[in-house]
Amino acid sequence: MVKEIERAGIPVVHMCTVVPISLTIGANRIVPAVGIPYPLGNPLLGEEGSFKIRMKLVKKALKALETEVDGQTVFE
Amino acid sequence: MEKKRVVHYINNFFAGIGGEEKADIPPESRPGRIGPGMALAEVLGDKYEVVGTVICGDSYFGENIEVAQEKLLSMIGDFKPDAFVAGPAFNAGRYGVACGTIARAVEQKFSIPVITGMYEENPGVDMFKKDLYIIRTGNSAADMRVAMPKIGALLKRMMEGEEILSPEAEGYIPRGIRVNYFADQNGAARGVEMLVKKMAGEAYVTEYPMPVFDRVDPQPAVKNIKKARIAVVTSGGIVPQGNPDRIESSSATKYGIYSIEGMDMMSPNDFMTIHGGYDRAFVTENPNLVVPLDALRQLEREGEIGELVNYFVTTTGTGTSIGNAKGFGEQFSKKLVEDKVDAVILTST
Repeated sequence: MVKEIERAGIPVVHMCTVVPISLTIGANRIVPAVGIPYPLGNPLLGEEGSFKIRMKLVKKALKALETEVDGQTVFE
Repeated sequence: MEKKRVVHYINNFFAGIGGEEKADIPPESRPGRIGPGMALAEVLGDKYEVVGTVICGDSYFGENIEVAQEKLLSMIGDFKPDAFVAGPAFNAGRYGVACGTIARAVEQKFSIPVITGMYEENPGVDMFKKDLYIIRTGNSAADMRVAMPKIGALLKRMMEGEEILSPEAEGYIPRGIRVNYFADQNGAARGVEMLVKKMAGEAYVTEYPMPVFDRVDPQPAVKNIKKARIAVVTSGGIVPQGNPDRIESSSATKYGIYSIEGMDMMSPNDFMTIHGGYDRAFVTENPNLVVPLDALRQLEREGEIGELVNYFVTTTGTGTSIGNAKGFGEQFSKKLVEDKVDAVILTST
């Protein structure tokens, strides 16, 4: 799906937990997520802590969208 | 001895009936061989005869698959075939799909050997390689003189009931069938041999090739994210409570587009996860862990992003075939383009 969105002309950032899969399928902008059952946040840290992580990751994703890349790039 | 009867399918172009402007011609049937059928007859030799050729325009076939298939099957049946050849289609996509469709239909209806030929990137390959012997060809008709002898040779072996050898030996595209055989050396020895070659920088052939994935060049960066229209897509299986479209919890065959208009966050009262590939407990309590609506709305209010489109796109990623996922992506991306989306955040679990 990532590739088809990009192929259609829209820049896309893939936020995913299993980065090697994302690399294998061919996503170009990749932001590693936290965990498989909770990619964007960490409920173990409570609502507030979890939200902070989510906000940080989303901002990182927006940054990735604003960044020129010339190949697959993982935004650590 | 009576000759074995072979029927050949080709498109209008190979039949010499015009080019793209004639691609809408409906099925027709002609006795004997035409165009590439000449080369086929030559390869097959005296014991076989190309008794008839059926022709259809690729566009007609693509737009009227059911009707075209039915008519062609009836025409093919009239020739009382012992075997059937379609194409080869090389890298012509619609022709490849037509060849695969009709070859499979002929095999199912008449239970006779069928064969076609395509370039490996022809979309017909992925659609039909499991069902059919597809001879691997070059990407254009210039390869006909190489491709047709391989098609003829394999077809003869199939008609004579001989054992069909490996894809490499026969020249067809691997069908994903495993065949047991006795190797000269055990796995450990073969593995070490490969490793030594790999370390020495020499060529070696893996016994377990990984699938090849295609690549897309990255789009240029978003110029001004503060003015951008952003959409969220997910493979994390978030759906409205009750899963109204009954999206599968694994091996999805569909995706959904659901409104988030006027919502400040993904409320667990409104949304649930049906994904069968992870522990759903956390996301059930807080779907924002997959669709980060709460964070995005805050950024929207603060002017950090232009605006969020008023829906998200969702399916289940686990076990879903690449073909299906690609199809979903192609379809919903059209909507994203129409809705002037500047950038997409795609989340996966």
